[in-house]
Amino acid sequence: MLSQITLNQAALTYINIIVAGLLTGCVYGFMALGLSVIFGVIRIVNFAHGEMMVLAMYAVLLLNQKFGLDPFVVMPAVVVAMFLAGYALQRGLINRYIARPEHELFLMLLAIAIMLTSGMLMVFGPDARNIQLDYAYDSYEVGGVLVDKVRVLAALGAVSGAAMLWGFFRFTRTGKAIRACADNQMGAQVVGLDVKRLYAITFGIGTACVGAAGALLLLLVDVQPYIAADYTLLAFIIVIVGGLGSMPGALIAGLLVGVSEALAGFIILPSLKSMFSFALLIIVLLVRPQGLLGRRT
Amino acid sequence: MTVPLLSVDGISKRFSGLQAVDGVSFTVPPGAIVGLIGPNGAGKTTIFNLIAGVFRPDAGTIRLDGGDITGLRPDLACGAGIGRTFQVVRPFGALTALDNVMVGAFKRTASPATARRAALQILERVGLADKANAVAASLTLPDRKRLETARALATSPKLLLLDEVMAGLRPVEIDVMVRVFADLSRETGLAILLTEHVMRAVMVLSQHIVVVHHGQKICEGPPEAVARDDKVIACYFGAARARS
Amino acid sequence: MTRFAGLSRRAAVALVVSVTVLLVLPLFAGGYMVSVLVVMLFSAYLGQAWNIMMGFAGQLSLGHALYVGLGAYVSAGLFVHYGLPPWIGMLAGMAIAGLAGTVIAALSFRFGVTGTYFALLTIAFAEFTRLAFNHFDWVGSSSGLFLPVATLANDDVLRLRGSPAMFYYILLALTLAALALSRMLLRWRIGFYWQAIREDQAAAQALGIDVFRYKIAAVALSAVMTAIAGTLFAFYDNNLYPDTAFGISRSIDIITAPIIGGLGTLIGPILGAVVLTALSETMTNVSASLGINGLKQFIYGAALLVIVMLQPAGLWPWLRSALRLDEGKT
Repeated sequence: MLSQITLNQAALTYINIIVAGLLTGCVYGFMALGLSVIFGVIRIVNFAHGEMMVLAMYAVLLLNQKFGLDPFVVMPAVVVAMFLAGYALQRGLINRYIARPEHELFLMLLAIAIMLTSGMLMVFGPDARNIQLDYAYDSYEVGGVLVDKVRVLAALGAVSGAAMLWGFFRFTRTGKAIRACADNQMGAQVVGLDVKRLYAITFGIGTACVGAAGALLLLLVDVQPYIAADYTLLAFIIVIVGGLGSMPGALIAGLLVGVSEALAGFIILPSLKSMFSFALLIIVLLVRPQGLLGRRT
Repeated sequence: MTVPLLSVDGISKRFSGLQAVDGVSFTVPPGAIVGLIGPNGAGKTTIFNLIAGVFRPDAGTIRLDGGDITGLRPDLACGAGIGRTFQVVRPFGALTALDNVMVGAFKRTASPATARRAALQILERVGLADKANAVAASLTLPDRKRLETARALATSPKLLLLDEVMAGLRPVEIDVMVRVFADLSRETGLAILLTEHVMRAVMVLSQHIVVVHHGQKICEGPPEAVARDDKVIACYFGAARARS
Repeated sequence: MTRFAGLSRRAAVALVVSVTVLLVLPLFAGGYMVSVLVVMLFSAYLGQAWNIMMGFAGQLSLGHALYVGLGAYVSAGLFVHYGLPPWIGMLAGMAIAGLAGTVIAALSFRFGVTGTYFALLTIAFAEFTRLAFNHFDWVGSSSGLFLPVATLANDDVLRLRGSPAMFYYILLALTLAALALSRMLLRWRIGFYWQAIREDQAAAQALGIDVFRYKIAAVALSAVMTAIAGTLFAFYDNNLYPDTAFGISRSIDIITAPIIGGLGTLIGPILGAVVLTALSETMTNVSASLGINGLKQFIYGAALLVIVMLQPAGLWPWLRSALRLDEGKT
C-alpha cells in the first residue's frame, strides 16, 4: 500500500523531470537550429553563436526593464535587428573568409565572440540577471504532473519558430533558393542565383533564430556574459548529434539533450549533467559523425 | 613470353547503380609504355584508382611484378612500386618544387641529404631544375604537371600511372613532355601506363593501346591497329572530329 | 655566403643577440616583469608544441588544455600524495598525456573524423575531462589541489620550488629546446611528411606516406610536449583547479599566440607570445587605470580581429620579409 504510493510518487517525479526536460529541450533545439542552418548552407562553423544569443538576451532584458515589455512582444523587433546584424556581418566580413583556411575564420569569429562578451561585460557588468515576469511562478497541473507556465510558453515559442523556419525553407522562393545553394553551390550559381546574397540571408536567419531562442531562454535561465561559451558548446553538441544541416535532427537532438540533462542532473549530480552531453558528443562523432539525421558529405 | 610487370585480371567496380568498370583485363610488359584510352566516362580514371589503391575492386586481381597488390592502400601500393599523378594536379602549394619532390624521394631513403640529391636529379630530368626553389603554388600549369610527375618519379616506381597529364598543355609543351617520358622509359626501364585524350601524345608514346568504353575493354593492340579498328572509331566518332 | 648551422649571418646574429638579452634580462628586470616574462615563455613554449600539430601537420586541436591539465594534475597529485619528485612526476604526466593524445587521434582518424569535426571532438574530450576532474577527490575535485608553498630562500630546481626567476630560466631553456627540435623536425623526413599531409592528404598517401601513423605521431608529440608545461604550471602556481587547468579559455589562449605569430613557422609562435603578452599587459594597466571591467578583453579581441584581417598568415612572415631575413625559411 505504502510502497504503491511511493512508487507512484517516484514515477511522478520522473515524469515531471522528463516533461520539464522535453520543454527545455525544445528551446535548446530551436537555439541550435540557427547554427545548423548556417553550417548546412554556408559550411562554416559560427563560433560566436552563443555570444550572439546572449546579446539578444540582454536586449530583451533591457527592453523589459526599461519599458516593461514582455519578451514575446519584444521578440519580433529583436529578431529583425538580429537578422540585419547577421546579414551585415556575413556580407561585410565573414564572406571573405569562407574560402580561406578554417583556422582563420575560426580566429575571426573567436575575436568577435571575445569582443561581444567583453562588450556586454562592460555595459551590463558580471552579475547574473533575470527577467521579472508576472507569470514567472505560475504553473499548470496536468494529471498530477506540474509544469511551469514559462517553460510551456518557451517551448511553444520554440516550436512555432521552428515551424515558421521550416515553412520558409519549404514554401518561399528565397528559402528554396537557399536550399539549392546548400545542395549544389556551383549549380546554383549557374542558374543565376546570387549566392553571396543568399549566404548573407542565411547567416541573418541563423542569427535571428538564435536571437529568438535567446528571448525564450531568458524565461528559463539567468543571463550573464559568461554563459555564452557554454551555449555555443551546447549548440554544437545538439547540431552534431542531430546531424549538421538537418533541421528535424537539431530539434530531436535538442529534446534528447534536454531530457538527458534533466535526468542526469537529478539522478547523478547537477554539475555532471554536461558531462553526459559531452560523452554523447564523443560517441556520436566516433560512431555516426553525420548524426542522427544528417547526410554524409 | 616475358612475365608482365602489371597484370590486371577481370577487375570490376560498381558505384551504387553505376558499373564503372566491368571485367577489364590487360597487362603491361616490363619497360613498356601502354596507353589506356576511351571516351569520357569510360572508366579510365577508375581503373587507375583501382590500381593505385584508392578504391578496392569488387572483383578481379591486380598483380605487380609477381606480387598481389589488389586492394592495397595507396601508400602501400606506392611502396610496392606504383607511382601516380592526378588528373587535377595536387602540388603541395606552400612547399618549394624541390621540397615537393623530396617528399617523394623520402620513400626510398630517410636521409635528407640523399633525398635532396635524388630530388635535384629528377627535377633536372623533367626540366624544372631552375625552378627548384620556387614555391609550388607559384608555378604555371605545365610546370605543375612536370612537378607532379617528378614527385611520383622520386618514389622510384616500377610503374608510373599518368592520368591525363597532357590536358591543358599547348602542342609545344606536349611535345616536350612526350620526349621526357620517352627518354625516361628508354633510359631507366620505367614502365608507364597513361590515360589520355590528347591522341597525338598517346599514339606516339605507346607501344600498346587498350581501349575501354562503358567500363569494358573493347579493343587492344598496337596504335596503328587500334586507330583503324571499327569499334574504336565508332565510340570516338564525335570526339575525333573535335580533336585536332 | 657562410652559413652557421644552416642560418644566414643576419639570422645567426639576431639569434645570438636575442638569446644573450634573454639570459641577462632577469638581472635587470623587477619581480613583476619577470613574472610577466614567465607568462610569455609559457605561451611561447605551448605555442610551439601546438604549432607542431597544427602548423606542421595541419591537425586542428581546440582542446589542448587537456594535455596541460593532465601534465599538471598527474605530477602535482603524485607529489602531494606520495612526495614523488616533480621531474619524475612530469615523466608520468607526459606518458599519460601522450597516451590520451594517441587514443583520441587513433579513434578519430580510424573513424574518419577529421578537420572541424576532429577539432570539436578535442573540445569534447577536454570538457569531459574537466567535468570529471571536478568530481575527482584524489585531486581535490572542484575545490582545487594545493601544493605546499616553499619557504626556502634558495631555488631548488630538483623539487621545482623557487623564485619566478628560476622558472624563467627553466622555461627559457625549454622554449629554446623546442625551437631547436622544431627546426630539426622540419628538416627530417617526418617534417616533410607532416607538411605533405597538411597540404594535401590524398597526394601524400599516393607518395607512400602512412597518413594515419604520421598524424597520430604529431598529436602524440604535441601532447607530450604540452604536458611538460602543465607540470611547470602546477609547481609555479602551486594551486590547480579543473576549470582553469582543462578549461576552454586555456585552450584558446594556447592557440592564439601561434596563429597571430605565424602558423607553421619556427619563430611565429614565439613572436606571437611576445606580442600578445605585451598587448595583454598594456591592456591590464590601461583598463586598471580606467577602471572599466571588460575593457582589456575587448581591446584584446579587437586587436586579434585586426591582425587576422590584415595579416592572416601571421606577423612573422610579414616581419621576416620586412627585415629581409628571408633566406632560409625560418
